[in-house]
Amino acid sequence: MIEIDWFLGVSAIMFTIGIIGVLIRRNASVVFMCVELMLNAVNLSLVSFSSYHGNIDGQILVFFALAVAAAEAVIGLAIIIAIYRNNLTVDVSKINLLRW
Amino acid sequence: MIVYLFFLLAVLAIASALAMIINKNVVNSALFLVINMVSLAGIYLLLNAQFLAIIQILVYAGAIMVLFLFVIMLLNVQDEEKLFDKFRVKYFVAFLLGVAVTGQIFYSIAGVADVLPTISDKMVYIGTVEAVGDVLYTKYLLPLEMTAILLTAAVVGALMVAQHKIKKA
Repeated sequence: MIEIDWFLGVSAIMFTIGIIGVLIRRNASVVFMCVELMLNAVNLSLVSFSSYHGNIDGQILVFFALAVAAAEAVIGLAIIIAIYRNNLTVDVSKINLLRW
Repeated sequence: MIVYLFFLLAVLAIASALAMIINKNVVNSALFLVINMVSLAGIYLLLNAQFLAIIQILVYAGAIMVLFLFVIMLLNVQDEEKLFDKFRVKYFVAFLLGVAVTGQIFYSIAGVADVLPTISDKMVYIGTVEAVGDVLYTKYLLPLEMTAILLTAAVVGALMVAQHKIKKA
């Protein structure tokens, strides 16, 4: 069987890709998808620790994180729709009403 | 066998994540994210977390990504034309920051390498639906009920945010 380091490495690389995606993309929905990718990366490391320790609490935490991610996706997409209705764009570099 | 399967799924997950952030078309990005989530479900199966693998496919690859695709196609946005066409300081800084974060995470993992857990003999049966449900409905009953309230609040909040207010003349 594989050492736990490999699972943690995959998780770290996916988290980094999510960070880079949030920084370089300008479409708000892609930025949002990158946030989901980062959530998934953390879920992977939680599940691997849970399985390797033989303790189920980590998997329960992942279950609750999934529920929160679903709620967050619903609210975030509603906000994106509201932004599009007001500005007719979802380009985050053009949504600068609150920027000084 | 299991090692080859793990490397196949890991390479698939990382490659689809990379393809997601460098693709100009938003719909293609969403579909690459679906591939990423399905391969993550496969990795969960390798870790003997059957319940979470099924939930990952049902909730993430099913429900959430369908919602994403629905909103993307509803908004009908154009492709980003100027992605990677010319060099920008923003990309360079983002790349440097990503390398720094990866380096720090790997440094932390290497620092605790001698206390990382080895494989547990209980791993075979802790991830089943029976074991998860047994803990979820006894020890974690209160958080489960609070999750129900959270989801209801999210639905009501989404309706409040996204509804179109018609001005009465």
